[in-house]
Amino acid sequence: MDVNLSINGKSYAIQAQEDMPLLWAIRDIVGLTGTKFGCGVSQCGACSVLIDGNLTKSCGTPVSAAIGKEIFTIEGTSENLELLRQTWNDGNVPQCGYCQSGQLIAATFLLDKNENPSDEDIDNAMSSNICRCGTYSRIRKAIHEAVALKNEKI
Amino acid sequence: MSKIQQINRRDFVKIFGLASGGIILGCNASTVEKKFKPTIHKDFFEPNLFIHLEKNGNVTLIASRSEMGQGIRTSLASAIADEMEADWKYISVKQAIGHEKYGNQNTDGSRSVRTKLEPMRKMGATAKLMLISAAAKKWNVVESACKAENHYIINTNNNEKIFFGDLVEEASKIEIPTEENIQLKKVENFKFIGKTLKSVDLKDFTHGTATYGIDVRIPNMKFAAVARCPVTFGNVKSFNKAKAEKVTGVEKIIQLDRLVPPTGKFFGMLGGVAVIANNTWSAFQGKLDLDIEWNYGENKTFNSEEFTNTLKERVKKTGKLVPGSRGNVSSAFNDSEQTVEATYTVPFLVHAPMEVPNATAWFQKDTIEVWAPVQDPQTTRSELAHFFNIPVENITINVTFLGGGFGRKSKSDFVVEAVALSKEINAPVQVVWTREDDIKHSFYHATSVQYLKGGLDKNGNVTGWLQRVGFPSIVSSFKPLSDYASGFELGQGFTNNPYPLENFRLENVKAEANLRIGWLRSVVHIHSGFGINSFVDELAFAAKKDPVQFHLDLLGKDRIIKGKSNYPFNSRRLKDVLNNTAKMANWGKELPKNHGLGVSIHYSFYSYVATIVEVSVNDEKVKLENVWTTIDCGLALNKDNIKNQLEGATIFGMSIALYGKISTNNGAVEQNNFFDYQMTRMKDAPKIHIEIMDKMHEPPTGVGEPGVPLMAPAICNAIFNATRKRVRSLPLVDLGMI
Ligand code: FES
Ligand code: FES
Repeated sequence: MDVNLSINGKSYAIQAQEDMPLLWAIRDIVGLTGTKFGCGVSQCGACSVLIDGNLTKSCGTPVSAAIGKEIFTIEGTSENLELLRQTWNDGNVPQCGYCQSGQLIAATFLLDKNENPSDEDIDNAMSSNICRCGTYSRIRKAIHEAVALKNEKI
Repeated sequence: MSKIQQINRRDFVKIFGLASGGIILGCNASTVEKKFKPTIHKDFFEPNLFIHLEKNGNVTLIASRSEMGQGIRTSLASAIADEMEADWKYISVKQAIGHEKYGNQNTDGSRSVRTKLEPMRKMGATAKLMLISAAAKKWNVVESACKAENHYIINTNNNEKIFFGDLVEEASKIEIPTEENIQLKKVENFKFIGKTLKSVDLKDFTHGTATYGIDVRIPNMKFAAVARCPVTFGNVKSFNKAKAEKVTGVEKIIQLDRLVPPTGKFFGMLGGVAVIANNTWSAFQGKLDLDIEWNYGENKTFNSEEFTNTLKERVKKTGKLVPGSRGNVSSAFNDSEQTVEATYTVPFLVHAPMEVPNATAWFQKDTIEVWAPVQDPQTTRSELAHFFNIPVENITINVTFLGGGFGRKSKSDFVVEAVALSKEINAPVQVVWTREDDIKHSFYHATSVQYLKGGLDKNGNVTGWLQRVGFPSIVSSFKPLSDYASGFELGQGFTNNPYPLENFRLENVKAEANLRIGWLRSVVHIHSGFGINSFVDELAFAAKKDPVQFHLDLLGKDRIIKGKSNYPFNSRRLKDVLNNTAKMANWGKELPKNHGLGVSIHYSFYSYVATIVEVSVNDEKVKLENVWTTIDCGLALNKDNIKNQLEGATIFGMSIALYGKISTNNGAVEQNNFFDYQMTRMKDAPKIHIEIMDKMHEPPTGVGEPGVPLMAPAICNAIFNATRKRVRSLPLVDLGMI
């Protein structure tokens, strides 16, 4: 069917089966490959995107559920995401980098909702994202630092 | 290494497809080959390392090793930049295609830095000398009056300076300085080496713009998924494709026959039924809708639990004596005050890199082009030449970023599938494994059982040590009927046990392979590290001694064992890392209730590591609170990257201890995805404290793997310390402890 998707403020008219998971519509049809496939069963968070600001695993969401909504992916930009990019950079967080799109989107969502997350908040918010390379302590630290950076800027 | 040469520009363009200009330096860094690993390359004395300096000042390093999260691109670039006195912002790295010209590109065994550091430094130093000569000529001064600093050559007489890029033309006409004239920097003067450098790929990693294998897009490409027999080496009896064909997007369904690798070489492919579609998801869906009847073949009765029991029986009896055994353990046990016995088991494990196996291939008449996340592009290339009967020169392997490898992507079965399908459909095609495919059809890390017996005298000194081990050999993947662990495998921690035991006997028991066996980050050290460190802890307890002190005593007098490599084993360095970790952890301190500390030490990939883990155990559930690790990896090229690697190894080793288990029933792997093959997640992640010994004058040794084998024993020893309950079989989740 014809589907209109709005991704990072840009609209895309594509052809896709309505039950196709949003992940594959974004990757294979729209052609934005920053959102990753890790498990296909909502277990790893590699495919995380925001739909109308809500954290969503795009492998478990049919493309039809995103119609008329605003999709935000790692190719996008927002104030919190930019802060996180900077502290991810400062902390040399990634190893293979593959999970990091999903980690950054999940962290963006956390900061969007919680201005000053505790370690426990971070652990809870980030535990649906697997990093096989094991960069968790750096991610935790980079999130705290993004908060600090934000407070500095105000 | 061979002489550094200036590369003819036309050749450079031909080989690399790079526009060129400026200076291109190349040399050949020969590397240590792995004996068991078949490759076809002959003796090429052509350059395999390159740097390219352009007029705009840009310096490009061609990285011949695959990047899979270990930071190799950055580490090698830093060595060149340092010797060259370059400004880091002009440095970039380009990934090499798979080609013999690069020497051995196989990225495993934690040896990229070990083998490439010196040549990289020399190339940087050579470039600097040429730039200095060029500037000296220009100013008409002696070379000694010029120095390089931050991408400029400076005339020390008058402080005039000139940009590297502006000297390129002149410098390219200068004769290459001979080896004797190359002076490497002193350790004290390093600017990048041994410091903290950020990954050169950070921007791409944080913007989703790094191209992994799965992100490759070629015009008109198709997507494919393959249904493979649940039992290893089974094949298709018949199949019905009617339902699958009706899935929107599915274009074609093809049976793939198994490609059996010739003895001693390559990996082949399993075969099965492939669904070709115009997007990945349709291919996945079509695959689910296939109705296939399988011939399960000989492995259909393989039950991993029964196999473990069989191995447990076998280790009770005398096995094959392994060379290197010494003294007489039986009489030592007879004379002992007490003896201790224990049997340890490790299950099959799988790599599960975040990026599943995948490959994109385009087979055209007499050429093959591949884009894939492979650790060993040259073997891939030879393998394709063998199976598809295409000359190696006509095969191009473009190495993409790897979303993790851990040994899985050293095997090119997934690439062979893509090429076979592209040939069949006459179009470029990307094969993507589902996570279930990855878990169920891997080259598994072998399961192992080991039995240990030790004797103690009345002072608690170890008098004798008997160890019987059984695990399916990696060699079985290259040579059927290899039913005993091989010498190179036993050499990973078993025969080279670090303790100078007077009476030491190692025996090898039979262990057939009924799954494809491969190597996983740190390989056999996972078994040896677990068995030996757990047992030393048991002996220490029986001897009523402190485990750290017990390790130190057992290591005995300082000694250096030369061995065959250039990296002698020095027991002092192992003691030093242990003492350092004990200090970091404040070993001996008063612990909160239900907390325990456990220690392990291990020597692998020529690096020395000691780890202490602090656990808390409440209601029989184990939580890791802290992990302290010290590594001595010789010259620490990029400190922050080494820390990152060890933090990663901590989490990786922890996943093995807590969750890692592949089991089979009727020959089929029972696990499916991350819900039943679990990973450590952030909420489980302990506080990790890493220290790197300052050994800048020693040659660099392995970093990516050596931290892994210490985790399981340190965790289990900590659990014992907290609860007096001894864990001898992994993983903890099976014991209800997570
Ligand atoms: S791919 Fe969606 S959660 Fe793993
Ligand atoms: S950085 Fe490799 S999986 Fe997270």
